[in-house]
Amino acid sequence: MAIAAVEFDALSLVLSGGRSILSGIHLAIEQGSTTALLGRSGSGKTTLLRMVNAMAAPTAGEARVMGEPVASQDCTSLRRGIGYVIQETGLFPHMTIERNVGLPLEMAGASKTQIATRVAELLPMVGLEGTSFARRYPWQLSGGQRQRVGLARALAADPPILLMDEPFGALDPVTRVEMQEMMASLIERLHKTVLLVTHDLEEALYLAQRVIFLEGGRVVADLPSNKVMPSSDPHVRQYIRAVRHNHRNHEETAS
Amino acid sequence: MTGFLRAHGYEMARLTFEHLWLTLFAMLLATVIGLPLGIVLSRRPRLAKPIIGFANVLQTVPSLALFGLLLPVPWLGENAARLAILALTGYALLPILRNTYAGIRSIDPTLTDIATALGMTARQRLLKVELPLSASVILAGLRTATVTCVGVATIAAAIGAGGLGELIFRGVASVDNGLVLGGAIPAALLALLADAALGFAEKKLTVKRA
Ligand SMILES: Nc1ncnc2c1ncn2[C@@H]1O[C@H](COP(=O)(O)OP(=O)(O)OP(=O)(O)O)[C@@H](O)[C@H]1O
Ligand SMILES: [Mg+2]
Repeated sequence: MAIAAVEFDALSLVLSGGRSILSGIHLAIEQGSTTALLGRSGSGKTTLLRMVNAMAAPTAGEARVMGEPVASQDCTSLRRGIGYVIQETGLFPHMTIERNVGLPLEMAGASKTQIATRVAELLPMVGLEGTSFARRYPWQLSGGQRQRVGLARALAADPPILLMDEPFGALDPVTRVEMQEMMASLIERLHKTVLLVTHDLEEALYLAQRVIFLEGGRVVADLPSNKVMPSSDPHVRQYIRAVRHNHRNHEETAS
Repeated sequence: MTGFLRAHGYEMARLTFEHLWLTLFAMLLATVIGLPLGIVLSRRPRLAKPIIGFANVLQTVPSLALFGLLLPVPWLGENAARLAILALTGYALLPILRNTYAGIRSIDPTLTDIATALGMTARQRLLKVELPLSASVILAGLRTATVTCVGVATIAAAIGAGGLGELIFRGVASVDNGLVLGGAIPAALLALLADAALGFAEKKLTVKRA
């Protein structure tokens, strides 16, 4: 079997005060797969994600990227090889969309024309057609458009691994579905290893082959997507109940 | 008016130039010290309080007293211009230091975080993200410092460092209002000009938020 794109090996994080954020995480994420991380607020999803690009460090155990321990790799080059998308988008307000998207290339030393060419190819890929977007600034875009720009930036240097932390969390339901559909087609086309943090079980099932449930810094369930709905695991049932509850509410308001 | 200019025009021009020179030299020194120090302090907020506090105290010493206090200091006291420049630097330091520190500290932590996550080195982050985002705040500090310097530099004449204050002091001593105005008006114009120019640059560098 090929080496795992990302591995967590007995990874734990205990704060200096003694509070345990993550405990004994053991996971291997297959190359080219999409894995969803679910869990309620504060369960450690973001922290676990940030172990992969060395934005957080464990107090015990280790994270490995392509078989190499994260701690033994050069932080900046590791990070440049990993796309990172966050809910707040993190677009730089003093840079045009083109500069924002091209930043990973700028740091790799690409020329202005190389960057312009690549950006012109990336923006339509994330659904931003038309040449005008490149010259605009983040404040001139809607929230959904900014989210697309954030995704384009993460894809710019064509990194094999993509970390996504609630990328669609702040969007209205219609835009959200649009983004999910675009993401699904991108995932199919680009063969990235994707780690997706979400609160939304339906989003997880739609985009991922595997769903991991975190609670209190532990993995409480780890299932292939098609085994989630039939699962009798109480942790998983909670999520299914939440989804059913929403649907029932929708049906009630519809009738 | 024309008679006054004919009699004192050359001197006014010379003293304006001297005034400008004192101010610019002091601003250069204060920037070279204050900007890097402000950047360093933004990384070590614990040190910031005592150091900015010290600059604050420096700022509150009356300028005439500061000039007088520095006069007996060996190397400094020998040259009036040298002393004046150093004292002016002390006054310019606080606004530059404080604004650099505050400007960098006020950047949305999400942005510095994502800069790091994109693989920027500390230096790239500073040059590409932190300084551009705090440029308008830093410039506001430079503006305050410049205006303060232009004002305080008039006092430098009291210790013989020259500048437009010389006309003012002479005018006061000889009860000649013309002389006083001949020094005060160019000094005020210099301050206004610096204020307007740096204010314009500050506006240009203000970043619109999403
Ligand atoms: N830098 C930090 N210092 C101290 N505690 C932290 C830090 N970052 C996160 N934590 C704590 O670690 C725990 C897990 O946080 P994390 O952000 O990983 O949760 P999450 O699952 O992503 O939550 P959410 O769904 O709200 O984003 C929380 O209890 C949080 O308070
Ligand atoms: Mg989170």
